[in-house]
Amino acid sequence: MAEPMRIRATMAGDVADVKVLMNHPMETGLRKDAKTGQLVPAHYITDVTATVNGAQVLDAGLSGGISKNPYLGFRVKGPKKGDKVVVNWTDNKGDKNSAEAIIG
Amino acid sequence: MNALRRNVLKGAAGAGTVAMAVAAGLLKPTQALAGVPRSAFEAKNVGDALKNMSVSAPADSKDITIKAPDIAENGAVVPVEVTSGIPGTTAIAILAEKNATPLVADFGLMGGAEAYISTRIKMGQTSLVRAVVMAGGKAYTAAKEVKVTIGGCGG
Repeated sequence: MAEPMRIRATMAGDVADVKVLMNHPMETGLRKDAKTGQLVPAHYITDVTATVNGAQVLDAGLSGGISKNPYLGFRVKGPKKGDKVVVNWTDNKGDKNSAEAIIG
Repeated sequence: MNALRRNVLKGAAGAGTVAMAVAAGLLKPTQALAGVPRSAFEAKNVGDALKNMSVSAPADSKDITIKAPDIAENGAVVPVEVTSGIPGTTAIAILAEKNATPLVADFGLMGGAEAYISTRIKMGQTSLVRAVVMAGGKAYTAAKEVKVTIGGCGG
């Protein structure tokens, strides 16, 4: 199972600033293993979604062009301190992970 | 099914019904950038990627800000920040034009999400980093060149 991800959400004025760090190798499928010369199979996050208090705010499609251990920052207008942010991802092998944070 | 089709044809009530049909998976969103088909991510050049995203001839816009380094020493990790000043922005896509598969990511924004995305991308070589923004059903674009010293896609 995938490693935990880190998420932090803070209010800046009336905008919540959310920062997410996901643990994932993000293999494109185009890279060769230096030792064996074989292509490393593709393994990357394909979908990321985020909700604030259950309402969806982000629906993202990713590719292997995103760096290893993807970082994602986004901002949402409207929430208050104490509201809950949930981030989910799914990768091309069907693995899923989820993390949540309380906006502080 | 037939009833639904008639409703779609009614027009006035059409928009809501279409949205429902999309939600029910009966219709595939074509013009909506959010939820671009996976084929767009597999496209080998910018033109095909945009075509698969159902975007044609996006207009250049000065209201899109791309924050990325002028020179990236390590192409494996290039920080990119895109902010759109276009009202009603619903999606931001990031493309690295000379990558083997240029479309890096597509972010559909809703429910109060600001037109801002910050992430880190891989770049195979020096090229333009292009942002495509959807707002009010129209496509806008801007690009910034990033020089890459060591590519981050090969090996």
